[in-house]
This record gives sequence, structure tokens and C-alpha cells, in this order.
Amino acid sequence: MRFRIFRYDPDKDEKPTMRDYHVALDPHDRMLLDALVRIKEQDDSLSLRRSCREGVCGSDAMNINGRNGLACITKLSDLKEPVELRPLPGLPVIRDLIVDMSQFFKQYHSIKPYLVNDDPPPEKERLQSPAEREALDGLYECILCACCSTACPSFWWNPDKFVGPAGLLQAYRFIADSRDQATAERLDNLEDPYRLFRCHSIMNCVEVCPKNLNPTRAIGKIKELMVKRSV
Amino acid sequence: MRSFDAVVVGAGGAGLRAALQLSEAGVKVAVLSKVFPTRSHTVAAQGGIGAALGNMGEDSWLWHMYDTVKGSDWLGDQDTIEFMCREAPKAVYELEHFGMPFDRNENGTVYQRPFGGHSQNFGERPVQRSCCAADRTGHAMLHTLYQRNVRARTQFFVEWMALDLIRDASGQVLGVTALEIETGEVMILHARATLFATGGAGRMFHSSTNAFINTGDGLGMAARAGIPLQDMEFYQFHPTGVYGAGILITEAVRGEGGYLLNKNGERFMERYAPNLKDLASRDVVSRAMVTEIKEGRGAGPQGDHLMLKLDHLGPEVIDKRLPGIREISKKFANVDPVKDSIPVVPTAHYMMGGIPTNYHSEVIAPRGADKEATVPGLYAAGECACASVHGGNRLGTNSLTELLVFGKSAADSAIRFLKENPGQKELPKDAADRSLARLARLDSQKNGESVAEVANDMRRAMQAHCGVFRFPDLLAEGVKKIRAIADRATRTEIGDKSRVFNTARIEALELENTIEAARATMVGAAARQESRGAHDRADFHKRDDVNWLKHTLWYKEADRLDYRPVHMKPLTARTIEPKVRTY
Repeated sequence: MRFRIFRYDPDKDEKPTMRDYHVALDPHDRMLLDALVRIKEQDDSLSLRRSCREGVCGSDAMNINGRNGLACITKLSDLKEPVELRPLPGLPVIRDLIVDMSQFFKQYHSIKPYLVNDDPPPEKERLQSPAEREALDGLYECILCACCSTACPSFWWNPDKFVGPAGLLQAYRFIADSRDQATAERLDNLEDPYRLFRCHSIMNCVEVCPKNLNPTRAIGKIKELMVKRSV
Repeated sequence: MRSFDAVVVGAGGAGLRAALQLSEAGVKVAVLSKVFPTRSHTVAAQGGIGAALGNMGEDSWLWHMYDTVKGSDWLGDQDTIEFMCREAPKAVYELEHFGMPFDRNENGTVYQRPFGGHSQNFGERPVQRSCCAADRTGHAMLHTLYQRNVRARTQFFVEWMALDLIRDASGQVLGVTALEIETGEVMILHARATLFATGGAGRMFHSSTNAFINTGDGLGMAARAGIPLQDMEFYQFHPTGVYGAGILITEAVRGEGGYLLNKNGERFMERYAPNLKDLASRDVVSRAMVTEIKEGRGAGPQGDHLMLKLDHLGPEVIDKRLPGIREISKKFANVDPVKDSIPVVPTAHYMMGGIPTNYHSEVIAPRGADKEATVPGLYAAGECACASVHGGNRLGTNSLTELLVFGKSAADSAIRFLKENPGQKELPKDAADRSLARLARLDSQKNGESVAEVANDMRRAMQAHCGVFRFPDLLAEGVKKIRAIADRATRTEIGDKSRVFNTARIEALELENTIEAARATMVGAAARQESRGAHDRADFHKRDDVNWLKHTLWYKEADRLDYRPVHMKPLTARTIEPKVRTY
């Protein structure tokens, strides 16, 4: 199978190049990550992040034939050759397929991604009805792979000011949690021309999310709450 | 060089729980992780956390303790098991208070599901003890713990790989050397207390449910520093890995009512475990499956796997309780479990052995006649540690319980140690020498073999010689093979010499760790002449409590073996005396 892979090592390359690879696959090789592991056996200088190889850790996000996705759950049989692989767009490249995710995590951290509840905790669990718990479905499953934020034009233009779809999905995850008491502060924290309102519902995030989550809908819910509290 | 009160190596469940405890106590702590914390392998845990909350019916930590001791085939230490089972409910409540999105019952309490080997009233009938978030419990838990650490402003060193332990002449641990992956810089992290939470070594096997990062780094570091590894021959093969891909299918599928079928459509577990059937212990189910395959009742054109049926649960239950399994089955087995059964096969999953610890999570390294001597300044928790709560076989859900309980206890012990031992001891002059020599060797190696070649040979050898059933001739040959491969691992050569994010270098360093775990496993298995828990010998069919009710200790130096007694005395409960183990 044929691949064209973005290569750049700041230690020796002046500028990035696309390198061609031809690799013989084993019948057990089902996913793109399997092929990349094989390529790395031929050329150990190819650098990428990978860990769980089942789509739950979020390490191996990359741009695959122009679309962001996880290599470990992208079927080889679905890919047109030569398969063109690039690092996630919009973030600085450290090397080859590895990007610097500091800006992405900074935005995630900026939404205070933890439960706030100042009541003294009960001896046992806090109670939550099944319906209240269901409100978290489609939110808590995010794996922080950054496929969504790095597919978002608003994030490309303002990665330092716009929280981005991943961070906003998590902001809503805590707003939606019946146990959380910080909704007002969370909304204040997003009341800003950039942090939330740079989202123009382009919906690239929904398109690429490997976990089939819907950040645009979560962002819409936050906007609704903002409107509600201003009337 | 940088100095801290405490260094935590690893940011999975155990490392993050420990880090949180340390940060909240105001300890100056550095947490090193070779991946961003939420990429750690805890994220892949599916089924749940074992704790006798009693939300679904009567339950007691004494029953949980009994099940765990029996599951361990009496190799588990009864004091650590009591400690874990007693602390488990508190650990779950804490996690809930941190924001963990547990599934709920109508009355608002945490939902619990049945799991293998967990029972009511000392083995009478299955109990619902596994606290879960759908089939994504590990993911929900790891993210919750990371989030709580963000709140506590824990200092992380992300994408830093620890290389070696630093010990002074007295044996006290004074921190680690580490490599910053992005820049290739080596640094000494000088610490008064060092906590290992480095996870398992599942990548020693060819077919494994484990992430690429599970390379036994803490085990390699410990072994090189003269610390023994305990009970490594006890390696768990999970009954249900996706056939051909190795991806885990949680035991929760059977907990929720799924069951295994052979090619004749027979529910064969009824023959092997008439009481708990498909919810018997994992070692029992895996052996039954391999026996079915060997006796010609395996499914598929090669007759080399079995079928896991759950379509009868209906789409509502599957989508609510097992959504991740449906996703995995579609992607990795081309099967929608709402309609069809999933092809599965026992797959290397969990290391019961590890760095020996006591119930304070202090690392044990016997000195002379003192078999309980601890290493000052060193703690271990989670899969890298052998507490030993799992003994010969781990019960499903107890790994998450273990990392919460012992992650916290490791931190508490470290905090106590810091209070009692103020002041930083001086680093030995040769603190970084071993690590620098390893890196220099790798940089200058000529005519060596590729890392992938050596690593693949190691994985094939472990798979072929040290599997579900073990044979004396295969083990003896396996020891020879793995020693030869260990030798080759010291001469690997990498083509990539870049300083920047050199993953070839990381993989070479990881192999030097995994091979130590593999060697300990094979050598320990060849020596243990009995069948107990996950260790099943064709030439010694029975458990032998007279000669082998003891922990194996393996030392890297000359592959030396030693043994230490199992702790049969619980902290407060009565000893659970060994008896015949049936399910």
C-alpha cells in the first residue's frame, strides 16, 4: 500500500517534505496505525504518538487524506491511495506527525474542567437521578484528541482567544452536571467576544469527531443559557 | 538537576490518585509521564470498580475479601486484601465527590453490575459489586482524576520518560533520572520520596489487550537497581480479547448477561463452573476456552476461537450499558453485537506480579533474614506493584480498586516519611551514570539489530512458551530463548539519532525494561512446580500448599530466585484458610 507522509525533523531539516512509502501489509493489518507501525519498522525515524490502539486514549490524531481522525480506528480499506498523512492542522509541528498541543490544553484548562461543589461531601455518594446522569452522555466521553479543535477555522485564526470545540464541550459537561454549582461563573468565564462567540456553527468539529460527539450542539446550549440569563 | 519533596512516575489511575493526595497535602511534587496523563492505559479499563457499597442488595467487605483471596488462589496477602476491600467503598465515594460520572439507580445511588468471581455470602451466588460508568469506567475515572489534579495545580512533566532509579550507598532512593522526550535532554529529579505508578508490561506478549506504552518501565528500573520482582509468573489472560485484534471486550458483557458458546452453540462454561458459569474467575474461563479449542470445539474455519453472545440483551441494554463494546465490535470484528456474536479468544491482559509492596505501598526488598525489609524512600502502586492483592489471579474490577486504594496509601506513606525525614540527602556522584551510559551505548552502537526485530522475537517467545497452559519442555526452552533475547536487547541499534522527539530511542529504552519483566516471568514460571491461579503446569496439575504457598522473588543479577512467605494473617478479620477452589 502507498503512503505520502509529512516529514520534518527540526534537528536536521530546513523545511518539511512529503516522503513516499510503499509497504507490504500483513492480512491482520486492518487499521492505519497497523500500517504506520510497519512503516516505522522499515524507517525508525518516522515519529508519531500512539498508545491504546483502540480509539480511547486520543494519542494518534492526524490529518488523513485531508480529514482529521485517529489512525488506530481508521480502516485501511476505506482509504484512497496514496494515503496522505499530515500533522493536525493549525498547531506548531514538533516533528513529523507530532504537534505541540500546549495551546489546545491551555484552552481546556481555562474552562476549569473539574466539578465545583462547595457543600461538605456526604458520607456516601451524592445522589443523582438516572435522567440527570444521562445529561452527561455525549459529553464526558471526549478523549481530548484535538481532531475537532484543529478542524475548526475559528480555532485556527484565534487559538489563543477562542476556547475551541473540545474545551467548550467540556465546559458544557460541567454546566450540565446536576452536582456542579458553578454554572454562573462558568458562563461569566465564557462571556467574551472570542472565548465562546467565535463559534460560527461551521460544524467541522461534528464532522470529524472520532467518538461521534457533537460540540456544536453543546456550544448552542451554552449560548441558550447565556441568552436566558440576560432576559 | 531539580529538587522536589516527591516524584511520582506515571500518571495513570494510581499515579494521579497519589499525586492528588500529595498536592492537596501541600507537598512539592513532580509527576512524570511519558504520555499526556489521559493517554495512560487506565483509560482503557471498561467494566468497573469493585467495592462493597451494597447498593443493589446486601454486600460486605468481608465477602469481597473472601472472593479476592479465593480468586488469588490463596497467593494474595490477606492483610493487603483486607485493607483494599475495607477502603474500597470510601475510595469510590471520594471519586464520586470528585465528579466521576457513575451510572445511577432510580434512587440516585451508584449503579453496580455483576462481575466474575464476585459473590454474596462467601461464594453462594453472584453479587452486583462493580461500580461503573457504562463500559468506559477507566476513561471516566482517569479524566476525573486528571481534572481534580488540574484543580489542585499538580505540577506535571508531560512526555518525560523516567530512565533509572537513584539509590545511595545505604540503599535509600533519592529520585530518578529522566529524559525529556521533546528535546532529548536528560535531567536528575532529586526527590526525598519516589512513587512508582508505571503500569504493567503487557507488551511482552505478542497478542495483548495492552496499549503500546505498557512496557514495564518501573519494573526495568527496579530490577536494574537491585530490587526484586515478585510473582511475575502469574500473568492473566483475559477470556475475551477480540479474535485477531486483541482488543479487550469487557467481562461486563458477561456480567450483564452475555455468555460464551463453542462451535456447537453449547454454553460450555456450565460444564467447567456449574455455579458461577461464565462469571467464574478469569483463569478458569480462559483455561476452559483453550480446552474447548484444543478438543476441536472452537469456532470459525480454523476452529481457533469462541463466540461471545449478547444479542439477547437487546439493543436498549447494549446501548445503555455496553456502548463502547458495540463500537469496538463493529470496528475491530466487523460484527454488530445487537445481531451477532463476537469472536473472542483469551488474550494477555494483566500482570499480577510486580514490585513487591506491603499494605502501606512501601517497596519491599528483603535483607538477609528480614523478608519484610523496605526500601527507604520508595513506594509503588497499581499494576507495577505486587501488593499482593491479586496473588495468582486477579478478579475483574479489582485493578481499579487497587489503584485508588494503594495510590492514596502510597502518598500517605510518603507524606509520613517526609515528615519523619526532613532535609534532602545528598545525591551520590554517580547518580546519572547508568542512564548516561545506556544512552551513550545506544548512540554509538554499530552492527546491532533493530529494536523491532528483537522486541518481536521476545513477544513471540513469551506467547509460545509462557501462555495459558505451561509445559516443562517449553518453559525450559523458553528460558534459554528469553536469556538470548535479553542479551540481544543490550546491542540494539537505532537509525534515528535526532535529539527531537526521538521515538526510536524511546522504544529501545522501553525494550530494555520489558525484557526484564519477560525474563522474570519465564524464569519464575519454569521454577514454580505447581498449578495455582493463572499459572497452570501440565506436569504439576495441582496446587501445592506445602511447598509453594509462597511468593517468588526474581533478581536481575544472575536470574536469581528467592521466596518469601504469603501473609496469611489479615489485619482484623479471621484468616481465610486454603481450600479447594471451585466456581
